[in-house]
Amino acid sequence: MIGLKILTLNKFQDSILNPNTSYKLSLLLLTLLLLLLFVVNVSLGSVDIPIKDVFKSLIGGESLKDSWNYIIVHYRLPKAITAVLVGSGLSISGLLMQTLFRNPLAGPYVLGISSGASLGVALLILGSSIVGGSFTLLAQSQLFISIAASSGAFLVLFAVMVVSKQVKNTMSILIIGLMFSSLTSAVISVLAYFSSAENLQQYLFWGFGSLGNLTWPEVLIFTCVYFLAALLILPVIKPLNSLLLGENYAKSIGINTKRTKNLVLIATSLLTGVITAFAGPIAFIGLAAPHMTKLILNTSNHKLIMPAAALLGANIMLISDTVAQLPNSEYTLPINAITTMFGAPIVIWLLLRKKKMVL
Amino acid sequence: MSERGAHKVLTTKDLSIGYGSKKEIRVIAKHMDLTLNKGELVCLVGKNGIGKSTLLRTLSKMQPRLDGNIFLEDKSIDLFSRNELAKIISLVLTERIPSSNLTVYELIALGRQPYTNWIGKLLEEDLKQIKEAMAQSHLTELMHERCDKLSDGQLQRAMICRALAQNTDLIILDEPTAHLDVQHKMETFKLLKKIAHELNRAILISTHEIQLATQIADELWLMTEEKIITGTPSALIESDQINLLFDSDSMSFDKETKQFIMK
Repeated sequence: MIGLKILTLNKFQDSILNPNTSYKLSLLLLTLLLLLLFVVNVSLGSVDIPIKDVFKSLIGGESLKDSWNYIIVHYRLPKAITAVLVGSGLSISGLLMQTLFRNPLAGPYVLGISSGASLGVALLILGSSIVGGSFTLLAQSQLFISIAASSGAFLVLFAVMVVSKQVKNTMSILIIGLMFSSLTSAVISVLAYFSSAENLQQYLFWGFGSLGNLTWPEVLIFTCVYFLAALLILPVIKPLNSLLLGENYAKSIGINTKRTKNLVLIATSLLTGVITAFAGPIAFIGLAAPHMTKLILNTSNHKLIMPAAALLGANIMLISDTVAQLPNSEYTLPINAITTMFGAPIVIWLLLRKKKMVL
Repeated sequence: MSERGAHKVLTTKDLSIGYGSKKEIRVIAKHMDLTLNKGELVCLVGKNGIGKSTLLRTLSKMQPRLDGNIFLEDKSIDLFSRNELAKIISLVLTERIPSSNLTVYELIALGRQPYTNWIGKLLEEDLKQIKEAMAQSHLTELMHERCDKLSDGQLQRAMICRALAQNTDLIILDEPTAHLDVQHKMETFKLLKKIAHELNRAILISTHEIQLATQIADELWLMTEEKIITGTPSALIESDQINLLFDSDSMSFDKETKQFIMK
């Protein structure tokens, strides 16, 4: 009995001073998996390139053929980096929304934030054919597409937040998110009706989702916005933990809840907006990845979950993209279809389990 | 109470509480002059809907007051930031916490947030406070349990422990025994009395447990439609003011048995 007490005391010191070793191990495994999947992702594609030459190209050497070198450096590498940014970004956005709304089913896609971003893009691309003139040039620029998507995401997220103040019920908020999605797709249909075939096609292809269309300068813009959002998230990690007790408790332990909400609002709009702009509306990663992380780590501490959720999201995205490439064939499946096929069953399974879904 | 030293933690001056919007102002209670001292357990009693929770929320700056002022030591409550306030007042609310993976230990550690750095790193002092709080509320054994798995009584103890770890002079609890059975009610009140008297904290509880309150409280605040009456339980019983708790003539407080009886 005394021995047990000493043991618990030692365990007490350990578990508090440094997060337990099993957590560090999980994080290490996820990181190693990320590296592995990254290399696999880069080495597989429609053109069969020997792994030796893939490595040569990656470390800056010259591979056997110039065309191989070009494919790796200018197509596969930016695509793999995009996959990492998209997967981790969506996963983090999902985690932030789940805690902020204290709703385990919240996520950028479910709450209609992605639809908001789509609406922004639709207004720009499809609207350009209606307005015409210099507007058409704007619609071709990724920068403006990003700005339009982020604004759309921000507007819908803001609207959902205002409405969620009135209704506290979990289900109501989800249904409101669904309504926002329907509303935006209705507006998009109207726009589509009036726009030119060419613009419509551009929008449709964007909507399928694609990680492979980014040039290096675009990857750079993406990365910059991503890290800007990450900077905004750093100061809310501690407040998010107290929000696990609800808003009133958070206030009572000295948290400025308004500032926390605003930071989360801006960061998630930026992330979802820029991701949707560059890769299209990508479903389910934002909902499934954070939950799988919580399931694996068995904790709600954001300091621990945040990095793990980012890693897991990136890993899932790399796998999805590798599958979508259909290695050694000349076809590529829409990435959105893959993530949905992967994510939807997971969410159904999470709901059907006997154990409750938790924050 | 003089032997514990009447050290004022909170005083109100001509305080009015209620809800105000642009259209209309609804006053719930006015002209209240109240004092909370260290080492004293105060029970706030009154009928349902009389405004007990509103008073508690106003005192803890969770909702704005209508008029008058609230002082912590001698400084107006307006001059405190949320974080500074969290080092003086801690709360235990009626609302249920959303289900999460939080363990008892993590829940209690959240009470240290006002003192920790930007990322919430716990230092030696924080660990000491947490450990002491857990020992006081007999939770050390349960520290690695998930909060979801606790019984109502254990969870309430954990919430009180969290408030204790916050190390504030004043702890305010809104109906802390509402969902508990008789045994856990008694234990909760005993724990709170111990915290007030031995750890020299000021504790304010709103409750419907009049009988327990009259036995255990150092002071009662009796809220009625007209005013708030303060005094020791025995004084309120002696002066029959305790009967103001009901409108009906069918009940009264029996001075000898210290119970409510039907007439």
